[in-house]
Amino acid sequence: MKINGVQKEYSEKLTISEMLKKEKYHKERVAVELNEEIVPKDEYDTTVLQDIDVVEVVSFMGGGCK
Amino acid sequence: MKQDVFMLGGQEFQSRFILGSGKYNVELIRAAVENAGAQMITLAVRRANSNGQGNIMDFIPEGVTLLPNTSGARNAEEAVRIAKLSRELGCGNFIKIEIMRDSKYLLPDNQETVKAAELLAKEGFVVLPYMFPDLNTARDLVNAGAAAVMPLAAPIGSNKGLAAREFIKILIDEIEIPVIVDAGIGRPSQACEVMEMGAAAVMANTAIATAGNIPQMASAFRRAVEAGREAYLSGLGRVRETGGEASSPLTGFLRD
Repeated sequence: MKINGVQKEYSEKLTISEMLKKEKYHKERVAVELNEEIVPKDEYDTTVLQDIDVVEVVSFMGGGCK
Repeated sequence: MKQDVFMLGGQEFQSRFILGSGKYNVELIRAAVENAGAQMITLAVRRANSNGQGNIMDFIPEGVTLLPNTSGARNAEEAVRIAKLSRELGCGNFIKIEIMRDSKYLLPDNQETVKAAELLAKEGFVVLPYMFPDLNTARDLVNAGAAAVMPLAAPIGSNKGLAAREFIKILIDEIEIPVIVDAGIGRPSQACEVMEMGAAAVMANTAIATAGNIPQMASAFRRAVEAGREAYLSGLGRVRETGGEASSPLTGFLRD
């Protein structure tokens, strides 16, 4: 699957929560888009990612256009 | 002076200085809040850093309202996508629309901005569009449901000041919603001048971030914005086009 533009392969199926933990994202500080649809936080534990998925993990950053 | 509250999106603000987007460090955020009195801070939404690095949110004091922007968006559709992600991050429903197609001058795309404003207002966002100061666009943004308009004074990050002064004045005179002057303000005197003209608030970042002494410049901005606001509320004295006018009586001179 693709996470933030990078191809990733996992040996087992992961939920969004498990993926965030594995990739060391701070769950409370991110929003997740799965194939261009926002996933509500309460579905992170139950949504299982597939090999063809495109995932975006975003957070607030300082800075705008620069 | 009676209390002068700035209402935006149903929220009350005492400060009329907003920290604009830019590269943040802890010193700048602290200076903006403590020295410039900012109660609103602009943030961008970006792909998150993995490996648990420090997050900008750790440095934002409580009680500060976040103003996420849609920077990086090249059209209305991308702006809506970023806005929805920012709301999902759970820090309120303010959104500053920033749509740019041009990477040299970073000028906002007014047409796409109006489209995004319509869509986001319908989605319940408090819509704050960054715009090129054009009266027709500003009217469209009002009709689209914007909570304020945010005309640029000069290109973002340029510190060039009030290049668009006359056009900002037109917006202030003609538009009923607050006009927040955003981008390009490089000096406290320029912030003071637009506040005197009747701007509702001023946004700046680079002017402070690139100053020699950040906390001191932040403090100068606070006082400039307050002075300009107070001058506007008091009503400026009139200008006499030709000739002078004595301010003391023209009688009782010590001569015959």
